[in-house]
Amino acid sequence: MSDSPRNKPPQGHDNSWWWAMANEGKLGIQRCLGCQTLRHPPRPMCGDCHSLEWDAVEATGKGTICSFTVLHHPQFPGFDYPLITILVDLEEGTRVTSQLLQCDPADVKFGMAVEMHMHEDADGFKLPMFKPAQAK
Amino acid sequence: MAISLKNQAAIAGVGMTELSKNSGVSELSLAAQCIKAACDDAGIAPSEIDGLVSYTLDSTDEIEVARAVGAGDLTFFSRINYGGGAAVGTILQAVMAVATGQANTVVCWRAMNGRSGQRMGQGVSASISSSDLIHWSWYMAYGMLTPGSWIAMIANKYMHKYGVTREDLGRVAISQRNYAQSNPRAFGYGKPLTMDAYLNSKMIAEPLCLYDFCQETDGGCAILITSAERARDLKQKPAIIRGVTQASTQGQEQMTSYYRSELVSLPEMELAARRVYAMAGLGPDDIDAACLYDAFTSEIIMQLESFGFCGEGEGKDMVRDGALDSDGRLPNNTHGGLLSEAYIHGMNNIAEGVRLIRGESTGQPEKRIEHVLVSSGVGVPTGALILGD
Repeated sequence: MSDSPRNKPPQGHDNSWWWAMANEGKLGIQRCLGCQTLRHPPRPMCGDCHSLEWDAVEATGKGTICSFTVLHHPQFPGFDYPLITILVDLEEGTRVTSQLLQCDPADVKFGMAVEMHMHEDADGFKLPMFKPAQAK
Repeated sequence: MAISLKNQAAIAGVGMTELSKNSGVSELSLAAQCIKAACDDAGIAPSEIDGLVSYTLDSTDEIEVARAVGAGDLTFFSRINYGGGAAVGTILQAVMAVATGQANTVVCWRAMNGRSGQRMGQGVSASISSSDLIHWSWYMAYGMLTPGSWIAMIANKYMHKYGVTREDLGRVAISQRNYAQSNPRAFGYGKPLTMDAYLNSKMIAEPLCLYDFCQETDGGCAILITSAERARDLKQKPAIIRGVTQASTQGQEQMTSYYRSELVSLPEMELAARRVYAMAGLGPDDIDAACLYDAFTSEIIMQLESFGFCGEGEGKDMVRDGALDSDGRLPNNTHGGLLSEAYIHGMNNIAEGVRLIRGESTGQPEKRIEHVLVSSGVGVPTGALILGD
């Protein structure tokens, strides 16, 4: 990994809990307490039942690649290039953006099974990433 | 009773500054220059301006602009958000202001040192100052910091689903670069593009390479709007506004609407299409030419489907048939567009729409141009405009 730390995500009321879960090694998904709907990215109100009450569940980390891109340029500090960024359809039904590790950029495929790997930067910052699922 | 905006207002003047990679002047200077040029084009004194509309991203205040150009008293001023998605939205503001008597002479402008100053392509990491900080948090941490990275995620999925190839994207880039060969304002003027050069250019965000990206430009562009009735008595042939709308749809994010079930269409552009056609009383068969927003080549192919010029997944076939070329079904971005003329955030595409209606484009097709469709930014809250002769 590149030595220079990545830019940290801006955090506030509506998303800091997700990063706190990541810091504990968990991939979180927000759950509405009014209608139990899972939602990501998190929002303060449920768009379906309008409840302001929510909690979070821990995802299994299993999912498939919905889409991806391999980034070459421009290159920012804190990232290794070519950089595989992915959209993952989690088995719980929500979708997250992330990075794919331990995979040659030429081998990424739509629909590929992936599993979460909690990545930790040299400065201790943790964020959920993914790697190809282990063959059974 | 709702007021119909159809045929109420017209574009009576367009003005552009010199386009460059380093203007050497302030953005306020660029704004003043293009607005004065639009007034001159229309044959109206700047002192008659009583309305001003721009983008939230524009750095110049209305009152600074008003003093710089010697505008009159202002009774209408407004801003539209979402980058290039604002382009047509500014026109809607002006048309509503004119149709409801809030102002008589409204100028919409965008002036930017987009290459020598703040570059869109340099990413959001350094200077996020907007209220959507949290939105960007999901992308920044994973290295998705630039428009190319956000759009590539959608382009890749779309191309995979419908068998769109890099050559198809290249055809869009080359078609617009060809138009630029007759437009001395264009960055691409005198720099023709071959498929070989396209395919061998630097990969940026797969599947998008260098030539799939628009320019970064220093320049300004202004559009002067007044009532259709008054415009008919002014210096230029008016471009009558037949239909104009904004559009944002469920699950909309700014560039990253990744959580909709399918990622292979542009729902906000489909809404813009339905509304602009309904207002104008027209359909895709009535559109003779287009200036579709083209920050990226893939966006052109997807919009051909959004606006009903072909069916789902058939945009690539239209491109392969040469539909976008001068003798094709839908000559598109006849000035070179954002890809090959300049990136003035879509305002220069509106200016080209006006030239097409006047019959004054450097890439004017031989056929008669009665209706031109212009769209705003893709992947963001957007809009569409139909100009008529």
